[in-house]
Amino acid sequence: MAEVTEYPVVWLQGGACSGCIVSMLNAASPTIRQLLVDQVVPGKHVSLLFQPTVMAASGELAMKVVDDEAIGEGFVLCVEGSIATAHPAYCAIGEAGGEEISILDKTCSLARKALAVVAVGTCASFGGIPASEPNPTGSVSVGQALKDAGIDTPVINIPGCPPHPDWFIHTVAGVLLNGLPGPEALDDLGRPLEFYGTTIHENCPRRADFDAGKFARKHGDEGCLYLLGCKGPVTYADCPTRMWNSGVNWCVGANAPCIACVEPGFLDQVSPLYEKINEERVARLLCKTT
Amino acid sequence: MRKIVIDPVNRIEGHMRIEVVLDGSEVKEARSAGTLFRGFEVILRGRSPVDAQRITQRVCGVCPTAHASASAFALDAAFGIGDDIPDNGRILRNLILGSNIIQSHILHFYHLAAIDYVDVAAVADYTGENADLNAVRDFIARGSLAPFIPRYEGDYRLPKELNVAATASYAEALRIRRTTHEMLSVFGGKMPHSCGIVPGGVSQGPTTSRIASFLGRLETIRQFINDRYVPNVLAVAQHYMDHCAIGAGCKRYLSYGNFDQANSTAPLIGRDRYMVAGTLADGTLAKLDVGQITEAVTHSRYEGDGPLFPYHETTTPQPDKDGAYSWIKSPRYNDAVYEVGPLASMLINYTAGHERVKQEVDAALSTLGAEPAALSSVMGRHLARALHAKIVADAMVGWVQSLTPGEPCCAEWSVPAVGDGCGLVDAPRGAVAHWVKVRDGKTANYQLVVPTTWNASPMDDKDRPGPIEQALLGTKVRDPENPFEVVRIVRSFDPCLACAVHVATPKGRSLGAFRIA
Repeated sequence: MAEVTEYPVVWLQGGACSGCIVSMLNAASPTIRQLLVDQVVPGKHVSLLFQPTVMAASGELAMKVVDDEAIGEGFVLCVEGSIATAHPAYCAIGEAGGEEISILDKTCSLARKALAVVAVGTCASFGGIPASEPNPTGSVSVGQALKDAGIDTPVINIPGCPPHPDWFIHTVAGVLLNGLPGPEALDDLGRPLEFYGTTIHENCPRRADFDAGKFARKHGDEGCLYLLGCKGPVTYADCPTRMWNSGVNWCVGANAPCIACVEPGFLDQVSPLYEKINEERVARLLCKTT
Repeated sequence: MRKIVIDPVNRIEGHMRIEVVLDGSEVKEARSAGTLFRGFEVILRGRSPVDAQRITQRVCGVCPTAHASASAFALDAAFGIGDDIPDNGRILRNLILGSNIIQSHILHFYHLAAIDYVDVAAVADYTGENADLNAVRDFIARGSLAPFIPRYEGDYRLPKELNVAATASYAEALRIRRTTHEMLSVFGGKMPHSCGIVPGGVSQGPTTSRIASFLGRLETIRQFINDRYVPNVLAVAQHYMDHCAIGAGCKRYLSYGNFDQANSTAPLIGRDRYMVAGTLADGTLAKLDVGQITEAVTHSRYEGDGPLFPYHETTTPQPDKDGAYSWIKSPRYNDAVYEVGPLASMLINYTAGHERVKQEVDAALSTLGAEPAALSSVMGRHLARALHAKIVADAMVGWVQSLTPGEPCCAEWSVPAVGDGCGLVDAPRGAVAHWVKVRDGKTANYQLVVPTTWNASPMDDKDRPGPIEQALLGTKVRDPENPFEVVRIVRSFDPCLACAVHVATPKGRSLGAFRIA
């Protein structure tokens, strides 16, 4: 059997719905079996040490895997969900040594030792819904939590509610093939430009309807969804060309406006979701310089 | 006395902690707790009510569609269009939700629960032609066995050939579960967090191509359910027959029913639904009265005590509250503890004489040589879930063919200044209810009472344990270092903690006064 190198990955869940990990299970190429069991790229296997939704172990047995001393170095830390800061009890990830461990403490202690941190999903990348007004739990993004703790481990943001499985798994494959992405490969929000480089609007198959002024005015109508609240013009993602669920469909394909779920303004700056873009609220649109 | 703390309980959805106190080997005390709080209902207030069906899906990435459905029913009522949903809209909502239910059940049995029964290590010396099993064998040979090891050890009982066959099904189920999401997306746009269900119906109507695309995937999935899922559950049950006698719990069941069969002006729970609504206690079937639902927060980390109707609650988080051990509240029905979920639905429909349910349940019980009472158990819940998936998938074949391309899929509506609505439906894990109150065209209040809030609830104001806690009490734990029985009982409920934990800050209004869609 050819030599296979193990690349350890730890995946924590903070203020999350598990939608990100469930989306990863939809991976079509590489498949999730290839990710968990086979080699994502030849000679390299991702060893998923800790992932609450799929791992066999529970309780103490599981917490020992992410013990700060025992875990060693050289792993990549993935975090799904936002980081609650207002009270440790808002998100406890487990008990160790008779104490409940908060997502904030565990993210920081593991990030200090990790090679890199991947914020999976919009909650981890930007705070997402838990951090939306009035942010009852003082939730912040993973990047913000690490910055506040003075930790400078590099962070890659893979937003989306949830992210497309390709966005995450292809980023992982890229790291295994080429090492960590340099600044030229990421946008100003830490997202890989390969997936988040152009707006939905630029590649939308309904762009011709927009240009011709053919607008849907109520749910169920065909045509450009701009007046129904489509945030495609201010949303950077390749959904129109990549499509979702093995290419079966995507939001606009189902006559549903893009809700900008990959953007830092999700929810507050892009809601009401079904009302036309309010440019004054869409900070991203105003500050984008590229 | 010895205390076992399992924190986190993994291979469920979300953040859960279980504590049991053993007297000898028997569970004398049990505590189930949710350890994540996000505050969805607070975040929903003041926003456009239409956004609720997108935002509430983000409560749970496993069963978002159930929240979209309950929310859309509540918004239909609040917008005064509950009677106007076109047939295409009604049927497509059923197909989108049905797809999600099948997805959730397959995910639960194979990828969450099966590792408690199936020993993947049996594949180590596999020599056959199955590509998945060869991949697993090579994985084992390399020796880095995460995330499948570590695990509890000492109670893997299946014969080798069944371990191998079930491992092959685990791998096949990864693809089939993905196919269920593809099937849903044909009409629902994308998954997780679909976008097809909207107030008034759905956003996208049927075409012949979409119907064919849906049917092809449904056929693949039905074949897997018939040839793998149901036989695998029965085979596991035959080797764990003692698990047909543990984890019974409160033995009172509640379901809102599912899948409207005709456009109707009737209240949701009085409608002609393919799976009927009701309650079952002491073998007696009764009509559901939503007004009998209360929630207590005596042992929950919120101010107050209860019990109150969900809409009377004035709940504020209180992380350090004395005597509180969970972010989950304690819903009760008619001042008693009730279990919800596929087992509840199957038992209620069985008792109500649902033809397909009787047929499937009787056939399965005959295979096991068991009586209906055996269903109130760990294995009973897995079996109920598998048969539920089969019955729903079979029914969907007819539903998708009753779509009419070219006909409307959505009623017209506008957001009223004032409106109230309630949406009730069975999610993959059981009864989910949404209540919305619209004032000045905005969401003035939004309240959810969801399946795992029922099942994983802590003790109530009368210190009565919740369903999972009751299911644990009296259980004999053979090896406290490897408490298989405890995690198997908990997982049999398919807990979804992200759903269970939420908070409302409503100002009082009688639940009974809400117009039901």
